[in-house]
Amino acid sequence: MTTKEKKELEVAEKKVIAPTAGEPTRAGVMYTPQVDIIEDPEAIVLFADLPGVKRDAVGIDVRDGVLTLSATVEPLPSTWQPMYSEYQVGGYERRFSVSDRIDAEKINAKLENGVLRLVLPKAEAQKPRKVKVG
Amino acid sequence: MALIRWRTGNDVISQLDHLQHEMANLMAAYQPWAGGGAETFRPEVYPPLNIYDDGETFLVRAEVPGVDPKVIDVEATADTVTIRGERVLPEAGNNASYHRRERDSGQFRRSLTLPKPVDNTKVVATCTDGVLELRLPYAEEAKRRKITVKAS
Repeated sequence: MTTKEKKELEVAEKKVIAPTAGEPTRAGVMYTPQVDIIEDPEAIVLFADLPGVKRDAVGIDVRDGVLTLSATVEPLPSTWQPMYSEYQVGGYERRFSVSDRIDAEKINAKLENGVLRLVLPKAEAQKPRKVKVG
Repeated sequence: MALIRWRTGNDVISQLDHLQHEMANLMAAYQPWAGGGAETFRPEVYPPLNIYDDGETFLVRAEVPGVDPKVIDVEATADTVTIRGERVLPEAGNNASYHRRERDSGQFRRSLTLPKPVDNTKVVATCTDGVLELRLPYAEEAKRRKITVKAS
């Protein structure tokens, strides 16, 4: 323990994606992952909490200015009988609009400890540039 | 710190608890997309836990994305298990600005009481892809045993 009292982590309930119109397009319950989106002069960095997601189960798709993040979670073997439950397990999906300021070809993704780190580099023309006055 | 107590008695509180869970199940049945009828309790302390059982071992699972497995501390006695840790988020640089900030950092500590004694020398804890898993085998005395009936 440090001398400085640290903040206690609070429970954030998982948000279920309710099917909007008609049938959901996927089987099973989907959740909205919690994200941080940080912009710096070079890139936009997105962190998404995806607990239980394996690397090959993440889908990142950019088209028509929309970035779709989706992920699936493998269920536990049925030999494990649930006896007490405080959270539900399901896939994740979330959409973000991205402007053409992003260089979609250079998007970089890394998954570590259940957190996806997505680096969306800005297109060259969008980076701040110092212009020297001659 | 939060303790989960298991009520198995026939007292009024148990009955009320039971009724409440039945109601929750009933509600869930009308919202199949929200959980499909399985009863889910509202966690008050981080991290939310799920407990499973296969007849020999308890499996306790917690979603702890972004928590470094190295800073998670697990302690088990014969019938309680305590999880401690901290989630640290990377600092954004000086030139950075937040568009969204939904993720949180901080310390956590949670204890739970198991419904049966466990062998705390054989507890296995792993943390993979942001999911903490504790496998707690039943203590010998809590295991189900076949007893041969002798003819007298």
